[in-house]
Parts: sequence; structure tokens; C-alpha cells
Amino acid sequence: MKKNDFAVRFAGEGGQGVVTSAEGYAQAATGVGYHVQTFAIFPSQIMGGPTWTQTRISTSKVLSFGDELDVLVAFNQEAYESHRDQVTEGGVIIYNSEGFELDSGGKSFGMPFDELAKSTGNTRAANMVVMGALAFLVNMPQSILEQFVAARFTRGRPNDEEIIQSNIRALTLGRNEAARSGFRLEELAPPQMPEGEQILVNGNVAVALGAYAAGIEAFIGYPISPASSILIWMEQRLVGPGRFAYQATSEIESINAVLGASYAGKKAMTATSGPGLSLMGEGLGLAWMAELPLVVVNVQRGGPATGLPTKTEQSDLMIALYPAHGDIRMPVIAPGNVEECFHGAIAAINWAERYQGPVILLSEHALSERQQNIAKPDPSKLAIEDRQVYRGANGFQRYESSELMPMPVPGHAGSYVANGSEHDGVGDTTHLGDRHIQMTNRRFGKLKLLEDGTYESSNSAASIAIMPWGGSKDPALEAYRRLAEEGEDLAWLYTMFLNPIPPALLDELRQKELVLVPELNYQGQWSSVLRSQGVKAESITQYAGLPFKVKDLAKRISDRVRIERKEGVPAV
Amino acid sequence: MSAKNPEYDFKWCPGCGDFGVRRALEGAIERRRVDMELPIENNVVVAGIGCSGNLVHLIEGPQPYGFHGIHGRSLPIAMGIKMGRPDLNVVVVAGDGDFLSIGMEHIAPQAARNLDVTAVIMDNGVYGLTKGQSSPTTVSGHVTSTTPYGKVEDVTYPLRLYLTMGVSFVASGISSKVKDLSQLITDAMNHRGFSIVHVQSPCTTYNDTYELLKGNVKKGIDPVAWDLPDDYDPTDIEAAHKTVNSDGVPLGTIFRDDQRSSFDQRIAAIAEKAKPRAVDKVIASYSI
Repeated sequence: MKKNDFAVRFAGEGGQGVVTSAEGYAQAATGVGYHVQTFAIFPSQIMGGPTWTQTRISTSKVLSFGDELDVLVAFNQEAYESHRDQVTEGGVIIYNSEGFELDSGGKSFGMPFDELAKSTGNTRAANMVVMGALAFLVNMPQSILEQFVAARFTRGRPNDEEIIQSNIRALTLGRNEAARSGFRLEELAPPQMPEGEQILVNGNVAVALGAYAAGIEAFIGYPISPASSILIWMEQRLVGPGRFAYQATSEIESINAVLGASYAGKKAMTATSGPGLSLMGEGLGLAWMAELPLVVVNVQRGGPATGLPTKTEQSDLMIALYPAHGDIRMPVIAPGNVEECFHGAIAAINWAERYQGPVILLSEHALSERQQNIAKPDPSKLAIEDRQVYRGANGFQRYESSELMPMPVPGHAGSYVANGSEHDGVGDTTHLGDRHIQMTNRRFGKLKLLEDGTYESSNSAASIAIMPWGGSKDPALEAYRRLAEEGEDLAWLYTMFLNPIPPALLDELRQKELVLVPELNYQGQWSSVLRSQGVKAESITQYAGLPFKVKDLAKRISDRVRIERKEGVPAV
Repeated sequence: MSAKNPEYDFKWCPGCGDFGVRRALEGAIERRRVDMELPIENNVVVAGIGCSGNLVHLIEGPQPYGFHGIHGRSLPIAMGIKMGRPDLNVVVVAGDGDFLSIGMEHIAPQAARNLDVTAVIMDNGVYGLTKGQSSPTTVSGHVTSTTPYGKVEDVTYPLRLYLTMGVSFVASGISSKVKDLSQLITDAMNHRGFSIVHVQSPCTTYNDTYELLKGNVKKGIDPVAWDLPDDYDPTDIEAAHKTVNSDGVPLGTIFRDDQRSSFDQRIAAIAEKAKPRAVDKVIASYSI
């Protein structure tokens, strides 16, 4: 029997090639038709510090990055010590024998990464030495890696061929070392090409691509981990007549400039993380009050304050729903995987333009860094919504009706005041109680326009349901499937549309005797929101800065289900 | 929009300097409409929070577009509007509290960008709308509701700050000289870059400085405000520094640099250099 699934972790110091090894491996594997997912943990510093990345390749769609390691590549002793326990029975550890030496035996073998690289004439090829060894261990044909190397280093420079050849020599050296070690894993089953063309992107790129496809025209942001890569992406690509990306001097400046751009008629967006979202709160209240369409992408990290800038957490749900003072409740879309990052970004921009107000796209660190192959989107098949623009005469009362009216654009007739104070139909300040009632009803009433979110529901007859949100979706789905295979009778409910939640889904949720919510925060934020809407929800929480491990999560779900069914929990 | 709007109940106190500023701004916008044959809707007035910001609701006659945002953030909002629509004439109206206290952080970045926006600042040396607290331009030692033992800090000199920060057009006016002020605002609007017209606009309720500014011959009070001489050269940065460092309140265009390109010109230059790619091409760049 061949393996269908293979997880390898690269661990070492920042700058040692840990990231390029994992990404190169992912690109090589997807290139020949495997499904792949990567996960990365970086320290918050430019150079050095312990770091690791993990690549899981599989013959079918990959839901999580893998609990147990088939191979650990340890670039130094510290990495070896920290990660060795997570290598599965029958797994292998490859370590850099330049830094340290282990007694022979066990499941480890050493090779001098840098020395071998040096002998090829290319000191930067250490990661290729590692990849060559890995390919041998799982019986991946060397030709696949050679193709990858040729594609990666063909850059139109005179020394391209020289670099390609030295990298191929490095692959071969690694391969030979692995062969000499005597270790061999089960052979990886041949890939089954995913249907249709694929692209390999991480969550932040998927968000940026989605926004680009949705016709974003103005992006103004401020650097912050782990959202900066969206700003950088936009600075490079959102250029040309009538559109722009720009780095502001703070998140306060960003949100207010985005408000201005939206008011001027642009599809506008910013991206930030927790601390930035805190600073944007007042501006988001203004967007809600003045009814200006815009999207804030919040890539969650560990909080509060500066928190854990390079770790993952799902603890910004409450501030996403209620980022400002006063009677507000923001539309929130929380993508569950890289593919949903793309479609969630489009939905967020569509929603903003449709209901003329702010929308939060709630991503998270684990998604932002996760490389995953997804179906290549066809732009001609995407539903993109544009703003309804007022083209009538002056004297227009934009806010007067309880119905949504088209938005005037400066430069054309229909002048009004976009006002953060309570206002009348044309936007002039008012203090009348009746007006505040009318306008508050109007602002909340518009949310009805957003009740078109889709959702997933399977085995819906079961009385206990699993309902994760955001990036906990895929580990929870993998755990759910394992439990279902074991005969556990559970329902699966999921949506990325957290507010407003699709009404039919809410009906289903309310019928359940128990809804278990796996989520990465201490307080159980989503279950508390569900409880406030009449759902018997309870969280399974984790707040270690890391995503759920499928095995742990399956056990915790199963234990809780047994208690519910009064079956007793088996001793560990 | 609101002289005839019964629902809008805000009023400036009798004698408030902001009346004069409003008339001066209305005149400048009207002159622009006639001279440049651009519709009134091509003007956007972005207001800060305070008595001064209510100007956006009190404009009489044909209505420009308005944005009455949140405290201190009128400049970032104006920047977003101008980036989105460089063809619009964007004017910020704010007070000394909004612009120089909570909003201070936004001035220097706009000076560095040379954002083509005109800020008309109504300085009354006090927080009026919240009933008389100390502001950056309240003089040191002055007793207000929040400084019962006298203001602790030194006074802020806005004109010195603007000049040091690199604002490319700095003018100083007084609300009682409506015609002169209107001309300063027109010149500022016509300047391609960041312009600030800093206006002494006294608060008759909490900080009445009319007499101080204009003087009173009968009482033997010399005016603090003084006109720049006819031969004054506003392109001379040294003269500008001398002017803002001298005593009293100079009136006129203190400094202007018309050589620097404006923010929208810089962004347009990038747009010209860049090669935007269609959505399908960008997606295809991630193909496996």
C-alpha cells in the first residue's frame, strides 16, 4: 500500500532556508499534481530566531497542515530537540550534521547541508540538498524537482544555466546521502491531478486577488504583521489611471483616507491586524453612520495590545462586529481557507457596495501564510457588483427614505453632506429623537440586503452539530470526517458569513440540542454570539497561538459528545 | 444647506468670527465657479468637529458637497477624496482644537506629500463648542474651565509650525477682513499643493480677542495684527521665517512655493510609469 499523504516540517533559524525549502517543496509537489498546504511560524524579527514551516502534500484535497510528521528536517540542534517528538512512528529526521552530531541509530540521519551545497559551487543550494534527500525518501522522481529548479532559476540572466546545474547537483548529492542512510518511507502514491487548472497562493494573496477581481480602485494601508503582504501586493499591482495603492502614516489615517476615497466614488479597502483595527474603530463608526461603502481586512494575530504578532488566534470576532461606540453591528465575512479568502474578498466588496456601508473581512495569521492550491478562478464567471450611482438633479435627499437610494458622487449634481453626526435626508446635523429612530432603523434595516450568504450543512438530522468559523474550518472538517467514519452521528454546519448569518442556517442551528464551536480564543466568542441569537452553542477553545490539531480536536469533540449523551468519557 | 432647514438648530453666537470666514469662503467658491466655469458640485468642504466645522451646514446659496467627519481627521478624509478625484477642489474647514491638538499628527505628512487641499483654520484660541476649554493656541497662564490655575503649557505658534513642516502655501488672515480673507482663500485654492489659510476668528463668548487683534485707539490699545508690506516676497523662505518669528499676527500670504509637484501629480506620474495588468493575467501569474 502506498501513502496518500505526507507531512514534512523544516525547522531552524530564520535565514537558514527554512521557508524557501518548504515553499520550493510545495511548488514542486503541486507542479506534478499533488494537493498541498503549507503552514509557517516566524519569530517577529528580521533575522534569526527559531522558525519552522510545514508542507503537507496529498493525493486529495488537504484540509489541515498535518498533526504528525513523516519527516523532520532540523537545521540545528535546537530545532531537533524542539520538534523530534512530533515525528510519527516510522518517520525520519534529517539533521544538519555540521552543527551537531547524534549517536547513530534511531530514526535520524545527518548530512552536512552547507558543505554539500558548497561542493556544488553554489553555497545557497543547501535547501536543494534537503529537497533531494526528501524526494528519495518518498520515492518522488528526481525529474519533478529538476523541472522545478529549471523553472525557478530561468530568470533571463547570463548565469541561469550555471545556477540551474549547481542546484541539480545539490539535489543529487542530497539524494545520494539519503540513499546511503538506508532509510525509506512508504512510497507516495502517484498524484491524481486536481480537476481544472490550479493556482498556488497563500491567504493574503488570495484576498488581494479577490479584491483585484472585484474591481478595487483605492487601497490605503499601514504596515502591520500579518497583513503587510496585502499592502505590498497592492502597491505593486493596483496602479494605473483612476486607481492607486498607498502607504499611510497610521491606521487612523488609512481608514479616514479610505472613507474619503469611497465618498469620492471609489471601491475602497484597507488591510490591518488587531492593533490597527482598534485604531480604525472610530472611522468604522463614521462609515456606518455616513453610509459609505468600504472593506477592512483584519488578519487576526494573537492579542491583546501587541500580543503575538506572528502567531494565529481568532480573538477579534467581537471587535469586528462592534469596532466602535454606539448602536452598530458590522457585516463580517470570515473565510475558512485560502479559496474562501478569494471569494470572501469579492463578497465583502460586493456587500459594501450593495448596502453602502463598511464590511469586515476577518482573516487570520494561519490563513495569511498558508500556501494552498486552489482552483484557478475564471474572472468572467465571477459576480461583481458596482455601486448604484445617483445621476439626477440637485436637491436629492440621500438618507431620507427607508429604502436604499443611489449614491451621489462629488463633481455631479446631488450634493449632500456625509455626516458622522445624526442627520436628516440631505446629511445636515439634527438632534431630533424621531430622526435618530428613523435613521437607526434605516441603518440596521439595510443589513437585510446581505442575507444571501451561502452555508454548508451535512447530516442535518443529527441533534448535535459542529460549527467552526474562520480558519478553524478545515481542521474541524477533518476531525468531523474522522469522527463520522468512526460512526459518530453529528451534523456539520458552516458559513463564512457571520453577520448577517444566513437566516436558514440560523433556523437549523436553533433546532440543535448542542452546537459545538471549535475556535481559537479564551472566551468562546462565536458561541456567545450564537447563544445571543437563541442557539445552544458551546465552544471548544484553544489559545496557544497555533491552529487546532485534528487529532486533539476530534478527541475533545468526541469527549464532549459522550458527556452530552451521558456515555461517560474514557480515561486517557 | 441649512439657512432654511428648520431641523438644523445649530447657531454661531452673535459676533462669532466664523460668520466672516463663511462669507469669505462662499465668495472664493463662487469666484472659482465663475472664473473657471466649474459647477459648484466640483467643490467639497471637509469639516472638522467644533463650532468651525458647522460651517459646512451653514453655507448659503448653491451647495457644494460636504463631509462632516470625526474629530481631528479632516485632512486624511480630504486626502482620500483628492486621491480618488484629483479634479475636485477640496477645502478643509476646522478649528484650532481639531486641527492643532487632536489632528496635529496629520499636518506634517500632508506637507511632505504636498496634498493639493486648502485648509481654512478658524483659530479662536479656545474650545468653543464644548464650552471654553484650553486649546493649543490659548496663551500660557490663561484661565479656562480646564485650566483653573492658568494654562500650564506654552502657546503653540501655528504659522511657525506650518512653515517648519514644509507646508507649501501659508497665509494668515482675520475674520473681520472678509474681502482680504476671501482673496487669500482664492490664492490658496489656486496654489497647486498643500495650502493653509490660518484665520484669527474670535470667540465672542469664551475668548473675545477682537480688540486685541484690531486695537482700540480710544483705549490706547495697539493692534496685534499687522499687514505684510507691499514689497513682501512670499517666495523668500528666510523672509517668511522672520515674519512668523516676529511679534503679533502678520496678515497676508507669508510663504508660497509653487515649484513642488503636488501629491496627485506624483501619484499620476506613478500611474504613467506603471503597467497595470488585467485580472486574468494577474491570476495566471500564480498558475502551477
